[in-house]
Amino acid sequence: MLERALYGSQRYFRWVLGLLILIGMGFGAYMIQLNKGLTITGMGRDVSWGFYIAQFTFLVGVAASAVMVVLPYYLHNVKVFGRITILGEFLAIAAVTMCLLFIIVDLGKPMRLLNVLLYPTPNSILFWDMVSLNGYLFLNIFIGWNVLEAERKGVHYPNWVKPLIYISIPWAVSIHTVTAFLYAGLPARHYWLTAIMAARFLASAFCSGPALLILLAYLVKKYTKFDPGQEAIDKLTNIVTYALLISVFFVGLEFFTAFYSQIPGHMHSLVYLFVGLEGHGKLVPFMWLFAILAVAALVLLLNPKTRRNEKTLKLACLFTFLSMWLEKGMGLVIAGFIPNPLEQVREYSPTIPELTIALGVWSTGAFILTILYKIATSVKEEVGEASH
Amino acid sequence: MESSRRDLLKLGGACALGLTTLPLVKAHAKSDLPKVMDNPDALKGKRWAMVVDAKKCWEKGKEGCKDCIDACHKIHNVPDIGNVKEEIKWIWNEKFQHVFPGMESPHMAHDYHEKPFMVFCNHCGNAPCVRVCPTQATFKRPDGITMMDFHRCIGCRYCMAGCPYGARSFNFRDPRAFIKTELNMTFPTRERGVVEKCSFCEERLAVGLLPACVEACKHGALVFGDLEDPNSPVRKLLAEHFTIRRKPELGTEPGVYYIV
Amino acid sequence: MKIYNGKPIIIGLIIFVGVALFPVFYNGGKASPPPEIKLDTPVIQQMTEKQCVLPKGEMRTGHMQVLNEWRTEVVRNGHRVYVAADGKQYNMSLQNECMKCHSNKSQFCDACHVYAGLQLGAVPYCWTCHIEPKEPKETK
Repeated sequence: MLERALYGSQRYFRWVLGLLILIGMGFGAYMIQLNKGLTITGMGRDVSWGFYIAQFTFLVGVAASAVMVVLPYYLHNVKVFGRITILGEFLAIAAVTMCLLFIIVDLGKPMRLLNVLLYPTPNSILFWDMVSLNGYLFLNIFIGWNVLEAERKGVHYPNWVKPLIYISIPWAVSIHTVTAFLYAGLPARHYWLTAIMAARFLASAFCSGPALLILLAYLVKKYTKFDPGQEAIDKLTNIVTYALLISVFFVGLEFFTAFYSQIPGHMHSLVYLFVGLEGHGKLVPFMWLFAILAVAALVLLLNPKTRRNEKTLKLACLFTFLSMWLEKGMGLVIAGFIPNPLEQVREYSPTIPELTIALGVWSTGAFILTILYKIATSVKEEVGEASH
Repeated sequence: MESSRRDLLKLGGACALGLTTLPLVKAHAKSDLPKVMDNPDALKGKRWAMVVDAKKCWEKGKEGCKDCIDACHKIHNVPDIGNVKEEIKWIWNEKFQHVFPGMESPHMAHDYHEKPFMVFCNHCGNAPCVRVCPTQATFKRPDGITMMDFHRCIGCRYCMAGCPYGARSFNFRDPRAFIKTELNMTFPTRERGVVEKCSFCEERLAVGLLPACVEACKHGALVFGDLEDPNSPVRKLLAEHFTIRRKPELGTEPGVYYIV
Repeated sequence: MKIYNGKPIIIGLIIFVGVALFPVFYNGGKASPPPEIKLDTPVIQQMTEKQCVLPKGEMRTGHMQVLNEWRTEVVRNGHRVYVAADGKQYNMSLQNECMKCHSNKSQFCDACHVYAGLQLGAVPYCWTCHIEPKEPKETK
């Protein structure tokens, strides 16, 4: 099936070429990092995780969100999702790959990466994260590929795929739960030390991921002859709406606990994020942008008129995705380190090389997604789902 | 013979999978080396700990005294990176409100606002850094020392997120160019990409010497000993003085006590 | 038998064989002479019985395993003294024990590692942390 990625329009090849150039730039920047060390990033001894790990955390959510199409389709027989489960699964593959790449570029000694396998350490959540992410990647590759191939041949997918599909559902929940545990179990990081961290992660994942999926479905509809179907998009929209509401609610809960209890440690990071702490407030504009985008997205999604209008729906999805990216892919990870354990405020901002590497990883994800979607849509066009 | 490309790939995959068992087989076939032992002079303890006598440090030490820091950093080839962001430090000093956040009050004695407290790795009894490390590069020794294995560290910096005391430093760049003191030829440097911290001078204990900072402090403000030994100098001080530890509420069981 | 896409496959094979055999052609088929490992450091010369921690042959083939075991014993198990077969005790330390005798790193370690095609300073990367002994200029 892979050969379908080799034939396409000029626009397709221009896009792929553009991505390859960005990947190349990212790779070049990574070579500099490999030579000079992580000093080329904005990270330091106080904010020791930055943009890379923040992207990783956000993308685990995007990957986990595939379950939002797989679960209704396989467990609740929601037929309209049948046409787009493959889009969800392939999105998960691209997202998990980006997650793994973001971990690798964050390592000080990437050549020792396999030490994690050589000396398995069950008491480390990072070990379990590695297990769950890789497992999820393989599950989605196996399932997506086999189901698509069966579809191409016009037969039912092999029986051994079915248990894998059922396993993939709790597995998707597990990848984001384990990722939340990375943070929620650290004794000295007040901002992360919250029992609803995993719930927050899942809620934000289930709005940002499906929001992206809706945007991708519209793109697929525009550029290929395959139509994912309006009904599926409507159902996804409902999911995004509920999940975004829950997400915003959860953020509100954090505010209540911190500010009603008035415990300084619990308030510091939130104060830093939204108004600035001890005169430092680099993230303040971003966090207000998050708040504005989230509210705007909610208004657009809750209003039936704007929800059913394609243009405003796309806007709402874009806002949802961006707001969650700001909250999780920027604020959450960085603010956990501010103030530091000695209650000093040392700020962080990513550097140009760091952003270039991150862009390279995102482009790699986009490249994988493009190739996989090209294959999927070609097969769908071939078997004539396009006419539905 | 009919065989498809797919079968060939499957066969190849199976072979590759078989190869992965090779290290296991090799590990089993490993020969026994002749035995190893400890240096007879080595200092042995069940739970090494430190008492920092802040009063002694302030009263007897000169203002700005850095004897303990200099001794430690020279012996361990600790670089002076020259900026706060990437600073590497095994032992340093901080003010009371940073060492014991939340315990300060606006009207406490002036000294406590201004004077330095020595801080370093607490060699916690229940160390979060050890708990989170994905490769056991940082691990607990039977004598209570939280040890770093620089050969194994992958530089993920999870331990830095886990440490409640900011005791860990990461080598963001090659540290060699920044070692401003004369190189100690008997101790290694570190390399780019690994985390480092105070080791209670385990390399000195192994040959019967006290930690370098303890030896360097002329005023006896740093006292080292075995917490499990009732006759050890630390136990005596703990019995005679009221001491506090950093963030005891986190359950990390720090092994560094402060007389304030 | 018919080979599908035969032309590009055969051209590819020829290129592959060419690249694979390039080192042989490049060296004109001659083997480069094996390195001479020098043992004439001042410390070794003063030894009455010139004996390492293991017999020469075992050290030659297995020094990397020895170093690895020593590393584990010292760093992870906290044992620092090695007892050789003859009962002699050694401080298990690359920097402080091995290199005390073999103070000629460039003619001892490097000579062979370079010959074996290991990238100097990268594989094995002992010397990014461990400090190599200072060698007198003329021996280099």
